[in-house]
This record gives sequence, structure tokens and C-alpha cells, in this order.
Amino acid sequence: MDVNDKIVADLVKNKVEFITTVPCKQLAGVIDAVEASPDIFHIPSNKEDEGMGLCAGAFMGGKRPAIIMQNTAIGVTINTLATLTQYYRMPLPMLISYRGELREPVACQVEMAVHTKALLNQMNIPTYHFHKESDVEEFDAILQYTFMCNKPVAILTDASFWGGYGDQ
Amino acid sequence: MIRSEILREIAPILRDQLVVCNIGLPSQELHLIDDQPTNFYMLGTMGLSSSIGLGLALSQPKTVISIDGDGSVLTNMGTLPTIANNVADNYILMIIDNGSYGSTGDQPTYAGKKTKLEKVAEACGCENVVVCQDVDTGKTLQAAIDSKQMTIIVVKCDSGNIKLPVITMDPVVIRDRFMKAVAS
Repeated sequence: MDVNDKIVADLVKNKVEFITTVPCKQLAGVIDAVEASPDIFHIPSNKEDEGMGLCAGAFMGGKRPAIIMQNTAIGVTINTLATLTQYYRMPLPMLISYRGELREPVACQVEMAVHTKALLNQMNIPTYHFHKESDVEEFDAILQYTFMCNKPVAILTDASFWGGYGDQ
Repeated sequence: MIRSEILREIAPILRDQLVVCNIGLPSQELHLIDDQPTNFYMLGTMGLSSSIGLGLALSQPKTVISIDGDGSVLTNMGTLPTIANNVADNYILMIIDNGSYGSTGDQPTYAGKKTKLEKVAEACGCENVVVCQDVDTGKTLQAAIDSKQMTIIVVKCDSGNIKLPVITMDPVVIRDRFMKAVAS
């Protein structure tokens, strides 16, 4: 199964019905698959903290949410993660493209990559790093874990996981 | 009228609805005036009342009213295109526009100067944007509820605050109580 289809199949299996996204080149395929899924309501947001607000509302309305975003968004959402998602104890799977890792062509992306794991660690956010395509096999268990413990959980997906950036 | 006077007047209307209330003084005022399990009080996270309310409205059928302020909508201006493009007819965004950041000492907002939030909302694609004066808030809100159409209400009122205590209820208690009210 294609990795994008596998991710969406696991989201549907775990009854994740409300997904907000802020695009990244690496995430284009999975965002298309989310949009195409009849089992998921897809609502693009303009900024990731706004998206986390939408997810908090959806959770309180009885729908399991998720957010798909780039790792630069960690810099945008620290306050929302601390004072909304964590403070009110809400689950939130965060599927994150980990830009600025090996095979990255854009130097500036490295500037947030070097802070990404440190910030997630500082926030006590459980963090998983998908580096090889086979790592996606853990996605189902990570989703179950997220909704078991009612916490935001980060899944960092780097360029090697997505198959690189093509010819450069 | 100032915001707390408006909240006191519309409390009988709000009581029967799901309410997501903005951070700071608005939540403290609503909590003091008429605490209900159907109220979700924001204790932090400036700007997200409208987003939380929209996510809630899109996920279940009951009417949801987000009480927001001009300052917090300016903080999260990206919310208006998202609202416009994801219509939930059980959703009302009520912006109490007093032209100031009340909770932090009434510093003026740009909405109290040249920026018109009702025009921003319309430019973003919101279809039912209603401007009302403070004294008409109750009937305007009731009409929006009865219309069963997504509505943005901009309430023009005076700036000013009352002295009142912070909310000491635990956030998980607020959330759990609210979710039970949503599901009931």
C-alpha cells in the first residue's frame, strides 16, 4: 500500500474524522489522500494555532481530530499546545513534516530543524521520528496511544521517509 | 453599555446554548453572571475562541455561540476565511467590539480606529454579517439563533471593565463538564 494511503487508512481505523492541515511540499500526497477520504472532514487552516483551536472544538464535539503541519509550526504553536491542548488535557496527533533534515535543499529549514526535538522535549510531548518508509507501521499504535493518554503527540516525518525531494 | 452589562442582559439567551467564551475578563464575567455547564471558559490562548467554536459547530448539531472580542479576532484574523469557507449553520460568532484590549488595561485596538471587522468578515466571504449596537444585542442574537444560518455579529459597545475574580475551576473540570453538556 502507498504510504499516504496507509496513513489515511490508519487514521480512519482509529476513527479520526476531523483533520486540519497547513501544507508542506512533503505532505502534499497525504493531504490529497485526506481530502479524498469520504470518512474524514478536511478543513485547511491558515495558521497552525488556529488549526489546534479547530481540533479542540472538534474533540469537545465528539470527533477525534488530527493536525498535519510542518515542523516550523512548533515555533508557532507552543502557547496553544501548553494553554489549550495540554492544559485542558486533549488528544492531538500531530503528523509533522520534519524539514531541515538529511537531503534538505533549503538552508533556512535547518534553522528550525535544530530546535524541533528540543522544543518537543521541553514540552514533554511524546515524539516519534519516521525515517524509513517501514516506520509507518507504527502509526496505528501511535494513534491508539494518543487517544489513550489524551495528549498531543508528535510524529516527525523526514525527507528520507517521504523518499527525498527527487532530482536535485 | 460595556461588555459585562451586555453579558448580563443576554445571559438568559446564552443559557440554553453552547457557548465558547473568550480568554480573560469575558470568561470571568460570564462565569460570575451565569455559570453553566454549557459554557466553555478559555483560561489562556488568546484568539482561538472563534476557532474552537467553529470546530465544535462542525462536529455536532447543537447551536454554538463563540463570544469573541475585536482584539482577539485581530490576533487570529485567519479565522475569518476559514469560517467563511466552512459554513456551519449552527454557528454564531459574536464579536464584542469595544475598540480596546479590555483584559490588559484598555489599550486601543485597530478595530477602534480605522479597521472595520464587519468589512473584513465580508471581504473574507462571510455571508451573514450583522452589526448592532449594544442595546440591541439580545434581539440580534436571538434572531441569529432562530435564522439557523451561520452569522457573524459585531456588537459595538463602550470599553470598560468591572472588578471581578479570576476563574479557579480546573481546566479539565471545565472541559469535562462542557463535553457532558454537549453530549447530553
